[in-house]
Amino acid sequence: MSLAPDTTTTDTTTTTIAEQLGIKAHSDGTGRVAPVQTRSARFKSTNPEDFEAVNGRELDWKLSPVAKLTAFTAGELDGSRFPYSATESAGVSFSWIPVTDPRVGSAGIPEDRASANAWTAATEVLLVSIGAEDVSEITITRDATGQTPRAAHIVIEAAPFSKSTIIIRNTGDAQLVENLEILVGESANLSVISVQQWNDDAIHLGSHFARIGRDASLKHALVSLGGDVIRINPSAHLAEAGGSVDLLGLYFADAGQHIEQQVYVFHDAPQTKSRVTYKGALQGKGARTVWVGDVLIGAKGTGTDSYEQNRNLVLSEGTRADSIPNLEIETGDIAGAGHASATGRFDDEQLFYLQARGINEEEARKLVVRGFLNEIVQQLHVPSLEEDIHAALDIELENVHIASVN
Amino acid sequence: MSTLKITDLHVSVETEQGTTQILRGVDLTINSGETHAIMGPNGSGKSTLAYTIAGHPKYKVESGSITLDGADVLAMTVDERARAGLFLAMQYPVEIPGVTVTNFLRTAKTAIDGEAPAIRNWIKDVRVAMESLRMDKTFAERNVNEGFSGGEKKRHEILQLELLKPRFAVLDETDSGLDVDALKIVSEGVNRAKEATGLGILLITHYTRILRYIKPDFVHVFVNGRVAEEGGPELADRLENEGYDRFLELAV
Ligand SMILES: Nc1ncnc2c1ncn2[C@@H]1O[C@H](COP(=O)(O)OP(=O)(O)OP(=O)(O)O)[C@@H](O)[C@H]1O
Ligand SMILES: [Mg+2]
Repeated sequence: MSLAPDTTTTDTTTTTIAEQLGIKAHSDGTGRVAPVQTRSARFKSTNPEDFEAVNGRELDWKLSPVAKLTAFTAGELDGSRFPYSATESAGVSFSWIPVTDPRVGSAGIPEDRASANAWTAATEVLLVSIGAEDVSEITITRDATGQTPRAAHIVIEAAPFSKSTIIIRNTGDAQLVENLEILVGESANLSVISVQQWNDDAIHLGSHFARIGRDASLKHALVSLGGDVIRINPSAHLAEAGGSVDLLGLYFADAGQHIEQQVYVFHDAPQTKSRVTYKGALQGKGARTVWVGDVLIGAKGTGTDSYEQNRNLVLSEGTRADSIPNLEIETGDIAGAGHASATGRFDDEQLFYLQARGINEEEARKLVVRGFLNEIVQQLHVPSLEEDIHAALDIELENVHIASVN
Repeated sequence: MSTLKITDLHVSVETEQGTTQILRGVDLTINSGETHAIMGPNGSGKSTLAYTIAGHPKYKVESGSITLDGADVLAMTVDERARAGLFLAMQYPVEIPGVTVTNFLRTAKTAIDGEAPAIRNWIKDVRVAMESLRMDKTFAERNVNEGFSGGEKKRHEILQLELLKPRFAVLDETDSGLDVDALKIVSEGVNRAKEATGLGILLITHYTRILRYIKPDFVHVFVNGRVAEEGGPELADRLENEGYDRFLELAV
């Protein structure tokens, strides 16, 4: 596909300023705001009061519709147990654990005020525990999250040598701020796929924190289709040697929708590998997407192999896609590191080629968009989900078609 | 018997410098089973004619007509033209990432026929057609034209020609970029299609070498947006020896 530069914002800044992050003076009592040198030094706290009120100028909020988000960044959240249902599989168990459990916070802690707000509000944490040496696939459905702003906190713990796929299907109403921790034990192989097919007015802010153990591998995917504002920031800490992570994303923003993901990978041990691949389509007035891809190869990340890419397909006028890769390298001894980012218009020549073979315009558009996003869908390796995603994408494209005709 | 008739066709294209006239009164009639070669210098408008027949949105028909058995082709959308039996083998086939050849062919066949092909026969037809074009079966699972060499793209165009069975095919420089063996294989494919369906062919080329394999009934010399001279196969040989200078002078 020919990807002509469009509204891509490309920014390779690697130094961030504490001020931009809205960090208050801290307990050292000096009141001085120190410049943050690397991504790993970004301010973190579980207490929302440690963050300045969000004004939309902060580095990590400046591309988000903050006016719509005050209920989550500053308001009170319902922190009671959230409703869910789940399929069963031998070796996978669910339980509510107290926030004081040592596993809580062991994958990461909040880097922004909404996440800290949810952390503090949640009274209990849902633990999804995957037993050792089991092979399993389960689907967690959240379809009754409701219209009240609420907090959710989940810890997924994959025991050493386990192999499992966890699918989280989000539908219905949502006014949700979520913290999802993912602990991948030694040599475990875990897939976590979060599918957002919320109602049109839903708001979903999420922070996903993954810690990948020795020789373990995690596939994490965000499939974001339905909702008003979806802003999910996944981070992966490759904390031990030989870990690998595959961070995938697929999104389709239509008129007025905001879909954002700020991805962060920290190579913090030798011989780790990361692949970040996000692909999105935008169609309709005010469709807006943001992708930030921060990769930090720390001093301990010798032999790192890293590649990140984001591609956006623009299907109509009036959309905006920001795509911002950042790569920081603190060791000279790496196997490879690269990034690619491109935002391109729908290619009329592709449409013509398909139509010249008898395929009508609507069908041709579907084929092209499906084809573009297929790279992600295929990597999910869940056939039933593949079909659902294709069907959902077809509906997105049909809606737009009808809208543009009228 | 079908007839594709082009009458006094004038076509322009919008450029940064404004509207440019490219076709200036093309007349051409092709009947089923006939092979017409169009030869002419670079930029004379051959591809423009091909694209206009197929309905590419960039080309604006100022006046004239194209009819297929009397039906107004210019009033049809691109896909309607294909379903009416027109096929364009493109000079530069387009890559479609993420869409496999198998999926593409089945979707196109279903669109053209108005119903999905019977699965077992279809799989066999595709396999046989690929084998005779010496296309490795791995192509079936590759994405359309993605990473194909120039010659592979041309074979893939002819594969579609054989499977979609149009009434008229415009072959825009299908011979360019093909080595001797590939040229022969591709030409055989075109001849098979003609044999099987009585295809009418409009063959655009710069070289007579393809005409050794695909025998033209008529040769048209295309210069400056119109047909400057018409003749039989012998005209092609003359052009090969003499070039287009004679016509270019006339056109000035
Ligand atoms: N889309 C376009 N935009 C601008 N100019 C065009 C476009 N298409 C064709 N032209 C111009 O029209 C003229 C005819 O082009 P065309 O591609 O039809 O020639 P051709 O005979 O096929 O040439 P070749 O032998 O090189 O393939 C050329 O001057 C070309 O630059
Ligand atoms: Mg040409």
